[in-house]
Amino acid sequence: MTEKLVIIGNGMAPGRMLEHLLVQAPGRYTVTIFNAEPRVNYDRIMLSPVLSGEKGYEEIIIHGDGWYIKHGITLYKGHKIVAIDRAAKTVTSDHGVSEPYDKLVIATGSVPFIIPVPGNNLPGVLTYRDLDDVRAMMLAAQSRSKAVVIGGGLLGLEAAAGLNAQGMDVTVLHVMPTLMERQLDPAAGYLLQRAVEQRGIKVITKANTQAISGDGKVEQVELADGTIIAATLVVMAVGIRPNAALAKEAGIAVNRGIVVDAGMRSNDPDIYALGECAEVNGMVYGLVAPLYEMARVAASQLAGNETAAFVHMDTPTKLKVTGIDLFSLGDFAEGEDRQEIVLRDASAGVYKRLVLRDDRIIGTVLYGETADGAWFNDLKKKQTDISEMRDTLIFGQSYQGGAPLDPMAAVAALPDDAEICGCNGVCKGKITGAITAKGLTSLDDVRAHTKASASCGSCTGLVEKLMVLTLGDTYNPAAVQPMCSCTTLGHDEVRRLIKAKHLKTIPAVMQELEWKTSCGCAKCRPALNYYLVCDWPNDYADDYQSRFINERVHANIQKDGTYSVVPRMWGGVTNAAELRAIADVVDKFEIPMVKVTGGQRIDMLGIRKEDLPAVWADLGQAGFVSGHAYAKGLRTVKTCVGSDWCRFGTQDSTGLGIRIEKFMWGSWTPAKVKMAVSGCPRNCAEATCKDVGVICVDSGYEIHFAGAAGLDIKGTEVLGLVKTEDEALEHIVALTQMYREQGRYLERIYKWAKRIGIPEIKRQIMDDQSKRGAYYERFVFSQKFAQVDPWSERVSGKDKHEFRPMASVEFAQAAE
Amino acid sequence: MTWIAIGTLSDIPRRGARCVATPQGKVAVFRTQDDQVYAIDDQCPHKGGPLSQGIVHGTAVTCPLHNWVISLETGKALGADEGVVRTISVKVEGERLFLALEALASRAA
Ligand code: SRM
Ligand SMILES: Cc1cc2nc3c(=O)[nH]c(=O)nc-3n(C[C@H](O)[C@H](O)[C@H](O)COP(=O)(O)OP(=O)(O)OC[C@H]3O[C@@H](n4cnc5c(N)ncnc54)[C@H](O)[C@@H]3O)c2cc1C
Ligand code: SF4
Ligand code: FES
Repeated sequence: MTEKLVIIGNGMAPGRMLEHLLVQAPGRYTVTIFNAEPRVNYDRIMLSPVLSGEKGYEEIIIHGDGWYIKHGITLYKGHKIVAIDRAAKTVTSDHGVSEPYDKLVIATGSVPFIIPVPGNNLPGVLTYRDLDDVRAMMLAAQSRSKAVVIGGGLLGLEAAAGLNAQGMDVTVLHVMPTLMERQLDPAAGYLLQRAVEQRGIKVITKANTQAISGDGKVEQVELADGTIIAATLVVMAVGIRPNAALAKEAGIAVNRGIVVDAGMRSNDPDIYALGECAEVNGMVYGLVAPLYEMARVAASQLAGNETAAFVHMDTPTKLKVTGIDLFSLGDFAEGEDRQEIVLRDASAGVYKRLVLRDDRIIGTVLYGETADGAWFNDLKKKQTDISEMRDTLIFGQSYQGGAPLDPMAAVAALPDDAEICGCNGVCKGKITGAITAKGLTSLDDVRAHTKASASCGSCTGLVEKLMVLTLGDTYNPAAVQPMCSCTTLGHDEVRRLIKAKHLKTIPAVMQELEWKTSCGCAKCRPALNYYLVCDWPNDYADDYQSRFINERVHANIQKDGTYSVVPRMWGGVTNAAELRAIADVVDKFEIPMVKVTGGQRIDMLGIRKEDLPAVWADLGQAGFVSGHAYAKGLRTVKTCVGSDWCRFGTQDSTGLGIRIEKFMWGSWTPAKVKMAVSGCPRNCAEATCKDVGVICVDSGYEIHFAGAAGLDIKGTEVLGLVKTEDEALEHIVALTQMYREQGRYLERIYKWAKRIGIPEIKRQIMDDQSKRGAYYERFVFSQKFAQVDPWSERVSGKDKHEFRPMASVEFAQAAE
Repeated sequence: MTWIAIGTLSDIPRRGARCVATPQGKVAVFRTQDDQVYAIDDQCPHKGGPLSQGIVHGTAVTCPLHNWVISLETGKALGADEGVVRTISVKVEGERLFLALEALASRAA
């Protein structure tokens, strides 16, 4: 019988523990996880790149929903455990779910410390711990106004850099005289402050926050010396406390954190604790490397190996702010028994300091030049006697033993057991071994197989050097991100060459641009097909085998292999005849689900593939055409009732929406395009989070674009105001065509706009009449070939093979 | 070995697939760019996605549901994913295609 393992908290530590446990004792436990955060396990370290806009949430997920399903693990998202009953051996969540356990793991992480000043609970005061905090900060950043970050440590500075990248005016308040004083000595702290200030972030040190105030929300921060700083957002990043309250209430021994032995076991033998909430040998930890070590130990213990034990180790600290290189390790306080070696290069902004005791390194601070961090770490870990190389030690590994080595040779010279990835404890030999044994060719592969560089990413440069060393010239990290592994060219280069060389078929592109595979892959083929459809509307023969199934059969595939069908409902307007026709189709084909979509139309779900042509035939009879709910193309144009009915309506928003949809349907675009037209600034059609939106006003039509409301939420940018409906249509069409010609496949308008720059788009569409006209003409030309209803084509027999099996085999005799 | 006729090469588009319905479920029959034919169960080892609906490239297919890449030759998931789907022998005689009955029948047992 399997034992019941219950885990409280689904952070990075227990996630890693489960990975080990699934390997060491597969099937031994039935695992149930309760997580107060309503989501799966993600890489908390990478919240800073999400905040700065360099990464999306989906890129930092460690275990997606599928992982839990695959391993039969039950994950209660958004369930906070409120009680542990040790006598009954159960835990209970705030939603009333109760679960018995044989073994319990507490991994509740930390809680951010909130400084006890008046106003610390005003709306607009945030901490920096989870994705909700990041989303709240990003929303606040849209105001482009002032933010104050309290705390000049690692988290505070990453928050400040992120908010600065999002366009906010940021001030960092730090109570100590220099930044990151726990990791950096004053000299390095000073260099760091200068670098932070150069980015336009203000830094006030020795700043003692006295109060936060405002009328119903944050408006200002007051310091003890009377200074007042205006702010609409305050982020507190002043430290964390192990989250041990729950354990304490249950009577488990708690000191600073939950007290555990070297096997991660608390004073209750069936209860383990790990992660930031655990205290082992009197220490609590706040960086992932030791937590991952705890995870390894806890997994071994749960798998039955009672000898596994946690050993303390120092972890280097790095700051994840692009362009600032710092590295700090171990103990760097001054002392009688210690010597130091310092190197300063003021012009290059480099500062290095090694702290030695008995000819061994005990602490390292590197600023501006951190490449030797791994080497110093290795010397420290192995307690190497450095007296022989004392004179040149500070210059780094490349100066040891003769001629200086270049950075590549320095990496080559590292021993196989030198640690490359601090977060995951991955050494050089493991990485090079995996590259060779598994034939890895990309950074992503190396991350998937070794976990190196998969957490905070600061060792990415080292890992890439190892790849170059192992793979030779075939690996070229500096190049543009290639479209996929079939080519070294990036999307923009491919688009340019398609036009320049007049390439008009996929085989021609692959031949001329020296594709590395015979017929591409599922990443490049759909992209190439789109580029060719867009660039040669009249003479390219769309290659259906290079389209994703939805676009091939013009319906959305569902998880069970059935399809959904969404007919166009122009501008969201329908009538009795249309509704009756839909009702008849639903009855006739026994369609299990009918749903009103978020795009103002009706979705019929669960249709058998074989039935699709017949369903379309009936819908076609009633005048319906495909709604392209599956397409990288024009989806819906949502409207509100507008001046025809609404007492506030300024223009005929419904009419304009329908006009746009009728004009633009059928066009293929790099990614899906959604539009909306609202009749007044009350904006009932939600036009300001669409790819393109129109807000009608008394004086005309305000055109918006580059909004998003899916994986990212982003309000639109204003393109400009035009006076007439005709002008509105012309501007929208021109904008869409510009995007069609420049966007990379799967790049939504808002991402394209960010890359190209809003002012440039405004210049070409609003100010340059001839450019606008030319875009408009090209769109109109391509629509001649695009506006064919794909459903009626298929009703008339096109692609028949898609909808029927090629044969049915019966062999009763064999099945006996 | 019993071979069952299932149709002709031209029934399947290049870099495409068709299904054959059998009492034990669907078999997906693929035709590559260079006219090789492979048959595997129409069920992705990940979550049962219909592999016949995927994009065919080289001698592999990308599952339409979550993009696992499955080798048509071995039935194995490629890259970092792990899983395998049954392969069924195909015989091509001129234009005509046959599936190995034994492989199909043994699944029923
Ligand atoms: C049916 C619908 C949900 C509903 O029941 O209301 C829906 C259903 C799907 N959405 Fe959606 N989305 C629907 C409105 C939306 C909206 C709201 C809107 O359009 O006003 C959004 C947020 C707005 C936006 O796009 O920015 C939305 C953001 C997404 C995303 C995230 C896109 C992004 O770039 O952030 C995906 C994933 C993707 O496209 O890769 C997605 C993908 C999907 C897919 C196609 C998933 C898939 O690949 O199979 C779902 C298909 C279900 C089906 O078979 O019909 N759906 N989806 C809505 C159809 C609207 C329509 O009439 O066409
Ligand atoms: C912005 C940021 C940047 C960072 N950068 C780095 C870095 O560069 N390098 C580094 O090494 N570390 C970094 N860290 C620290 C690192 O992320 C943490 O040490 C690590 O995530 C802690 O893991 P954990 O599993 O102990 O706890 P967490 O990941 O915090 O997970 C705890 C989980 O438990 C849940 N929980 C709490 N109480 C309950 C309850 N009663 N019931 C159910 N669920 C509960 C919480 O909702 C949370 O999801 C960073 C942290 C942040 C916030
Ligand atoms: S939000 Fe959209 S993509 Fe997600 S489950 Fe709902 S319909 Fe599907
Ligand atoms: S079912 Fe095939 S990839 Fe998920």
